[in-house]
Amino acid sequence: MDLTLSDEQRLLRESADRFVAETFTSEHRKKAANDPLGYSPAIWKQFAELGWLALPIAEAHGGLGGGAIEIGLLMEAFGRGLVSEPFLSTVVIGAALVAECGTEAQKQAILPKIAEGALTLAFAHSERAARFDLAHVDTTATKSAGGWRLNGSKVAVLDGAAAGQIIVSARIANANGASGKLGLFLVPAGAPGLTSRDYARLGGGRGCNLDLRDVQLPADALLGDGSDALPAIETVVDRAMAALGAEAVGIMQTLLDTTLEYTKIRKQFGRPLSANQVIRHRLADVAMQVDEARSMALRAALMANAEPVARGRAASGAKAKIGKCARFVAEQAVQLHGAMGVTEELDIGAYFKRLLAFDTLFGGSAHHYRRHAALSGRVHA
Amino acid sequence: MDLTFSAEERAFEQEVRDYIAESLTPEMKRATALTPSVFSDPDIGMAWQRALHKKGWGAPGWPVEHGGPDWTPAQRWIFEAECARAGVPNVNVMGVKMVGPVIIGFGSPEQQNFYLPRILSGEDYWCQGYSEPGSGSDLASLKTRAVRDGDDYIINGTKIWTTHAHHANRMFALVRTNEGERQQDGISFILIDMKTPGITTRPILTIGGDHEVNQVFFDDVRVPVANRVGEEGKGWTYGKYLLEFERGSGIASAKLREALKTISDLAESDVTGRAIDDPDIAMRMSEVEVDIDALEMTELRVLSALQTGQNPGAVSSLIKLRVSEIRQAVTRLGVDVIGQDGLAVEPARPFYRLNHEPAIPEELLPVVPEYLNGRAYTIFGGSSEIQRDIIAKMVLGL
Repeated sequence: MDLTLSDEQRLLRESADRFVAETFTSEHRKKAANDPLGYSPAIWKQFAELGWLALPIAEAHGGLGGGAIEIGLLMEAFGRGLVSEPFLSTVVIGAALVAECGTEAQKQAILPKIAEGALTLAFAHSERAARFDLAHVDTTATKSAGGWRLNGSKVAVLDGAAAGQIIVSARIANANGASGKLGLFLVPAGAPGLTSRDYARLGGGRGCNLDLRDVQLPADALLGDGSDALPAIETVVDRAMAALGAEAVGIMQTLLDTTLEYTKIRKQFGRPLSANQVIRHRLADVAMQVDEARSMALRAALMANAEPVARGRAASGAKAKIGKCARFVAEQAVQLHGAMGVTEELDIGAYFKRLLAFDTLFGGSAHHYRRHAALSGRVHA
Repeated sequence: MDLTFSAEERAFEQEVRDYIAESLTPEMKRATALTPSVFSDPDIGMAWQRALHKKGWGAPGWPVEHGGPDWTPAQRWIFEAECARAGVPNVNVMGVKMVGPVIIGFGSPEQQNFYLPRILSGEDYWCQGYSEPGSGSDLASLKTRAVRDGDDYIINGTKIWTTHAHHANRMFALVRTNEGERQQDGISFILIDMKTPGITTRPILTIGGDHEVNQVFFDDVRVPVANRVGEEGKGWTYGKYLLEFERGSGIASAKLREALKTISDLAESDVTGRAIDDPDIAMRMSEVEVDIDALEMTELRVLSALQTGQNPGAVSSLIKLRVSEIRQAVTRLGVDVIGQDGLAVEPARPFYRLNHEPAIPEELLPVVPEYLNGRAYTIFGGSSEIQRDIIAKMVLGL
């Protein structure tokens, strides 16, 4: 039992904190908000040079073989600076899906490119009718002469506009109809039949909704050997939720720090706001919830390689609890900044919106308490 | 980083498990399960204290020269967790966890030699004389006075919320020996024999129907000056040291997990008509369990810091606050799980020695009293409002 950081982990945290503080300033964020790409390729190159893009990739595939703790350290730092680079989509989700499902040839072709910063990915999985059910996919992949034909619609595709390749989930169909298995398909950006409605994402970065109309893909576009991809999707999404939880902790900590400072400086009725007990107690509650969120993010990271039920319970528990804490912390940060908190003139609003986005990604608190209850045998999913 | 315990620690865990299995009697276990108050009755609690003492585990937090087992923080964690899992009785924490550490830290060698072995063996049963009718959260305003008369103090005043004063043969108390400029000055820490003439005790029934706390009156009670711990007028420092122990007294998540499991088992049983099939109950069960997960992780973070010789910081207030709130959430869920059986009031005590057949199944008896008595969790040991004051000051630097 040891929860202290190793020397390497401490160094990683320090360099990430420093880089984020220097690079992701308020001005940078405002510029990025108007960028159609949503992030800076020059910074992405620096991420690669720092080794961050190689972090969780196996050494055999050009990576550093790190795990969920290291990812969490980076994500927390990213949260502090509202980083909008497609790290989650490309490294935490994309590379992990390739590593979980891909053939050796696919891993060799894709993973080193990610580590070098030469390839970005996006994951197109959610569908409107599915809400947050990972198993609900209506998009179909039909075997055709020499390849696959994809049809369907995807929503909330993070960083789709920036992606060189999009990993699209689809139900594999053959001549006799649906097989019941999910497959993951590599779709190159700009593939004929692929249309995208791109948008600026709440809280920073880009998202899009995709339509796939008879998108023709070669046979090797399917990741892996055609076995059901759902377990891998669940694994990767559970780990992504742990990573997002760490990012949310970084955002919440920044909101707490900023709000603390503000209540000390802002004077009304001849004394600082922080002299009022009602404010002090509110801040105590905020601090407590930030700390609870920190514990849950760490717990989800430590359980990232556990067996599926334990891993799922930890991930859903973390997502639900951190989501609940995040809403409270975000709303109180705005409240305690008074009218200024509701303006675009402070950064508070941007952090607030990123937490709102966090809460809904992969399902909100109600969904994940329900999943936790189902995985615990309390309700039937 | 990893969450697993070492092979030696696993072996220790097995040793604890084995010892509990051989020494915890079914009577003790049943009595503990059917006790709705915070503390076990002394006959049950002290039987367990004697069993622990026999093994050399009577005071896990004490240094080895005073009879402690010299455990690492991880061993203490494992011990507490196994005790919670097995449902052992509460021992007299006012002795082992409160006055014991103060005597070890600030008492004279004579006091240490006299009192400490009697706490370990269970010969003495302690109560805590802190709060007064006019001094609750503002403890330092206490007025019980000790006036020097030769080699004695003469004590006059009253203490309240005194847990198990009606069972205890000794009390440690904060008394005013001087009018200082600050109200914290002039307070002394004193050890009182409860059989001293002039002491009377009035029972106070709590809303759950239990007699656990009392008011104690002192009328010209003569206590030797030799019974004062440490310096005269420094009692506030010693008393605060103890309150830190009370707040940080270890590992609550394992106990809360067991309390939730008890409610969860009831919810899955026909006794409650399978309350768990109500999706709202099922969701709340998960919500509370996740809160316990977060608390456990925070406790493990503290443990890891202690293990590596770091200072965990001012987290004890933070933990106290969450523990009390989660306890209340568990007991509240319990009331909702048992539904209309909660209407039946059983005034007799203890539940494990009733002379009649109760109106509702025995295992449901403690549920409502636990909820009612449990309202005190956010009040005693520094109310939640006081804890938030402390967090604002100590954690946030406001």
